[in-house]
Amino acid sequence: MSGKVRTMSGADRVVVTLMVAVPTLVVLGLIWLPALGTVALSFTNWNGIGPLSSAKGVGFSNYVNVATNYPPFWPALQHNLIWLAALFIVATPIGMFLAVLLDRKIRFSPFYQSALYLPVVLSLALIGFVWQLLYSRDQGLINAVLGTQVDWYGNPDYNLWAAIVATSWKHVGYIMLLYLAGLKAVDGSLREAASIDGASERQAFFQVVFPVMRPINVIVLVVTVIESLRAFDLVWVINKGRNGLELIATLVTANVIGEASRIGFGSAMATIMLVISSVFVAIYVTVVVRESRQS
Amino acid sequence: MTTITPTSSATAPARATTAPARRPRSSRTGLYVFLTAVAVCWLFPIAWALFNSFRDYAYTSEHGYASIGGFTFDNYINAWNQGDFGLHFWNSFVITVPAVVITLFLASCMAFVLARFSFRFNITLLGIFLSANLLPPQALLIPIYRLFRAIPVPEWLSSSGSLLNTHLGVIAINIAFQLGFCVFVLSNYMKTIPTEIYESARVDGASVFRQFWQLTLPLCRPPLAALATLQVTWVYNEFFWATVLLQSGDKFPITSSLNSLQGRFFTDYNLLSAGSVLAMLPVLVIFFVLQRHFVSGLTLGATKG
Repeated sequence: MSGKVRTMSGADRVVVTLMVAVPTLVVLGLIWLPALGTVALSFTNWNGIGPLSSAKGVGFSNYVNVATNYPPFWPALQHNLIWLAALFIVATPIGMFLAVLLDRKIRFSPFYQSALYLPVVLSLALIGFVWQLLYSRDQGLINAVLGTQVDWYGNPDYNLWAAIVATSWKHVGYIMLLYLAGLKAVDGSLREAASIDGASERQAFFQVVFPVMRPINVIVLVVTVIESLRAFDLVWVINKGRNGLELIATLVTANVIGEASRIGFGSAMATIMLVISSVFVAIYVTVVVRESRQS
Repeated sequence: MTTITPTSSATAPARATTAPARRPRSSRTGLYVFLTAVAVCWLFPIAWALFNSFRDYAYTSEHGYASIGGFTFDNYINAWNQGDFGLHFWNSFVITVPAVVITLFLASCMAFVLARFSFRFNITLLGIFLSANLLPPQALLIPIYRLFRAIPVPEWLSSSGSLLNTHLGVIAINIAFQLGFCVFVLSNYMKTIPTEIYESARVDGASVFRQFWQLTLPLCRPPLAALATLQVTWVYNEFFWATVLLQSGDKFPITSSLNSLQGRFFTDYNLLSAGSVLAMLPVLVIFFVLQRHFVSGLTLGATKG
């Protein structure tokens, strides 16, 4: 890349500055500053009603309160972890497995692929609806077929799992697409070499293809973590995240827009979310930027 | 849902030949049976919604849902009227189109400078943009909410006098969240444009903006088409910000209005099915008509454009 800012005319310099400054200000002003604001507010006792100057620093007491004094917090964290584990242990491997199957030369592969990723274009809010038609206690198909009377979305024993099944419906297709793109890019001669050496298909995949795909494996891992941390829409549509469906994201939202708006308290939970996700965002950005610079 | 997929190996000629299938025929058949079964399972929830959306409520309550018959189109008419779909589709349109156009324009500007000029903060800026769209939106809610409430907006644009409860606010936050992914994809693509093109343009005295507008952008049609498809889908599907920033239901786009639909339709699942099908129509059109762009958008990083 040639081209230096120094050798430009005055007008060009103004244009280039604007082209960088406007998008950067949008992202800094609407994402990064609010993120810092959340962290700052989590150390105050601001009630959201008085002026911001009336807020006092309270150290870590919001965090202590969240951990010791707020019954829904630990269940919510547990639900997030279950959500993550289910996506990671079940849905993600299914998506990978289907990608491996569909990557071979088989007939109708485009049809199978389309069927699997159709849910990817739907919003999670809408997915919540579509599955309600199967889950409903009185009019749902599942109960009609099984002859049961379970309220799959309402019963706290089942509703988390019902939501996870619905979300997996989308997640599997998404992972399948990502992985398929990764597989298509694997050098074909690698596999041929493996098969000439007498490796079975399974051996070739696990010992040759899978290790080569390390970057995409990392991406898939990070996508799974981030998606489960951001799980919100589906649960909010079902019952606004109550009664067995509490997630950190819904608790944050409920504490801010609900009747009792506890700003510092909600911010403490939001900060916990930010900290966890930024670890994975950092991994993701490092891998992606490094990959894009190598080529 | 915005991610980039890098390739695992840089050199990737399309696989010319796969090893001949030496496996016995029966296992091939098993593969097809398995894949067909999975595909049918995957399509079933949508097919079920479609099927019941055309059925009369009185018929299904009498015969149960596991029956055939009672076909009607009335659910669509009723759902459209009772759910105010005209209004909500219009709201979705008013939010999605400006958000996508502005996102793509700003992202192209940023990507152009990142790809074309080297200065000290290139990588840092890319990192700032890329990571921004992966942060959990809920974690930014309090400051955004307060910020929007404090920003005055002229009366003719907003009855509340602030950015809160306006489409403008929802458009702005969507732009901020989508920029990172688009900047990354576009700058990767722009890096593949040979610099010689710019050299001759510079000799001819073309300004930087003309180089951008008349040289770079026309060459970037493929990634712009893919990103536009993807962005329309994502902004249309966006639920959280529209739900919390717009307080009056008549401003909700389709995706957020679903929630109130549920309350109104909860006894009549055929009506609910029809409403769901109506709400998914725009993305289904994208799925069937622009599938190529959608997939290439999702996996753009993989092929480097």
